[in-house]
Amino acid sequence: MEKTQNNKAWFLVLPVLVLVAFSAVIPLMTVVNYAVNDTFGNNQFFWAGLEWFDEMVNSQRLHDALGRQILFSAIILAIEVPLGIYIALNMPKKGFWASVCLVLMALPLLIPFNVVGTIWQIFGRVDIGLLGHYLAKLGFDYNYVSDPVDAWITVIVMDVWHWTSLVALLCYAGLQSIPNAYYQAARVDQASRWAVFRYIELPKMAGVLLIAVLLRFMDSFMIYTEPFVVTGGGPGNSTTFLSIDLVKMAIGQFDLGPAAAFSIMYFLVILLVSWVFYTVMTNLDKEEGK
Amino acid sequence: MAQITLKNLAHSYHPTPKGEQDFALKEMDHVWQDGGAYALLGSSGCGKTTLLNIISGLLKPSQGRVLFGDRDVTDAETAERNIAQVFQFPVVYDTMTVRDNLAFPLRNRGKDAAYIARRVDQIARMIGMETILDRKARGLTADAKQKISLGRGMVREDVNAILFDEPLTVIDPHMKWELRTQLKQLHREFGHTMIYVTHDQTEALTFADKVVVMYDGRVVQMGTPEELFETPAHTFVGYFIGSPGMNLLPAEIRGSTAHLQGAAVPLGAAYGPVSGRTQIGIRPEYAVLTEGDGLPIAIRRVEDVGRHRIVRGEVAGQMISVIAPEAMPVGSALTHVRFTPDRINVYADDWRVAPAEGAV
Repeated sequence: MEKTQNNKAWFLVLPVLVLVAFSAVIPLMTVVNYAVNDTFGNNQFFWAGLEWFDEMVNSQRLHDALGRQILFSAIILAIEVPLGIYIALNMPKKGFWASVCLVLMALPLLIPFNVVGTIWQIFGRVDIGLLGHYLAKLGFDYNYVSDPVDAWITVIVMDVWHWTSLVALLCYAGLQSIPNAYYQAARVDQASRWAVFRYIELPKMAGVLLIAVLLRFMDSFMIYTEPFVVTGGGPGNSTTFLSIDLVKMAIGQFDLGPAAAFSIMYFLVILLVSWVFYTVMTNLDKEEGK
Repeated sequence: MAQITLKNLAHSYHPTPKGEQDFALKEMDHVWQDGGAYALLGSSGCGKTTLLNIISGLLKPSQGRVLFGDRDVTDAETAERNIAQVFQFPVVYDTMTVRDNLAFPLRNRGKDAAYIARRVDQIARMIGMETILDRKARGLTADAKQKISLGRGMVREDVNAILFDEPLTVIDPHMKWELRTQLKQLHREFGHTMIYVTHDQTEALTFADKVVVMYDGRVVQMGTPEELFETPAHTFVGYFIGSPGMNLLPAEIRGSTAHLQGAAVPLGAAYGPVSGRTQIGIRPEYAVLTEGDGLPIAIRRVEDVGRHRIVRGEVAGQMISVIAPEAMPVGSALTHVRFTPDRINVYADDWRVAPAEGAV
């Protein structure tokens, strides 16, 4: 049978196209525009080709920030994922305390990012902060303003406090969906606690766990507000992560060209990682449904 | 292997049960013989699974003791009881291969590798999976997964009992028959005590030497398929076993006659005074349509089920079923129904009344 061709149907996609154009494509293209041109204001642009990209790829400053960024994401993933799983495994499965735990776990997730930053900024201060003051009293030489290691510890502990709940809640949801018969069968089979985790809980959690890792990776890789409020990227450049560096470059120094080139590469890296995750996840689903 | 004794056993899911209605399992005393093939039969929610989980130790009873042989195992963990259990829905370890799944209970008990390999091969052949032993269990069909569960249940030779909790629910009808036959054969071969929970009477009657019928948290009868058919101890058994179930008619019992709204029905034996709500029960198989002998019947419907026909009709204001043999013509000439006297059972308040002794 001949199919009816009617190109008017394309008009139906138009509203979405316009919306996406204004919300994403056009802003992105202005960034591309800045990245391949040099400008001295007054909307005067001079073609620069890939010069900014070349400069950024070879920039020691960017390499350092990227190194810090990767280290930061790796550390918080290494802490938050196992800790989140551990908390999820130990949360009550039902009853009054399950609700209490859920609410308590959800609380940090509801606090605006800059408020989290402010809370920890004050909490850690040696003069008036509860944490800083008592650490000092206990004899620890703790000062996140002057000591890079202390600054890192503070930023990491803050992120763990803020986001472990997300991993825990996602894992908890995964665990709740395991039918009781699996645990009963494991008891009949005399499986050890570790075997129950390895062969029942972990496989059933794999899907949500992957989403949790993806979300935490993306968020931590783009982190800006909290460390900016607490340390402002310091002391020195020790907690200057990619986003903070980017903002310094674009707004602080007004180097729009290099900053735009930087943004595009940053964007592509995140896109690439998300794509990898997506591919792995859909493959897992396929295996499941085979 | 051991004889399983249940002593004053009862269970309630309420933390503080107030009365009998709060008990999912009413008090019971039973002995399950070593090496027997039992079927626990009953409709959904009658306490079959609760009883099974108490025997396997997944659930701790509110009261009473469970004994394996002479040993009190009421407080023992499931693993200690050395029991195998197969669940209603297939439980397999998805990330393991079929081989590892079958070997899992043996490895956990520290058996040596040669023994495990031999045993796994044996079981795999039995469930017909020897060709896919190295496949991941994930992605197999539901009945393949359930066969793995069955295999895992049978892989240990020294178990005290193997418990099946409606294991064939997810299996295709033709596979059901085959697997059930295999289970029966395994039982004959190895003599494990097997307890098989089901709500399907065919499954229960073909599998078990002894069928335990449960109703409303109580074991109402424990007997051979024949006993359940001929002398149901409770109206529920009469109604639940058989297709269609037993006909029950309210009647007044006087000696060896039952009176139904004026009509007299001779009984096979004499009964002493019977009190309470009295009924007579007669299987459709033992009712015969006649041209004038017995009670008047008004035929309402005839269903042909292949090897015989089921005639539904009204007797003394009650609907009853009568089985008519294939060859017999059913027409308007048949106006009466006769019950075989010695196949009639008498019930008072739903429980069977035994004929008075020595009476004629």
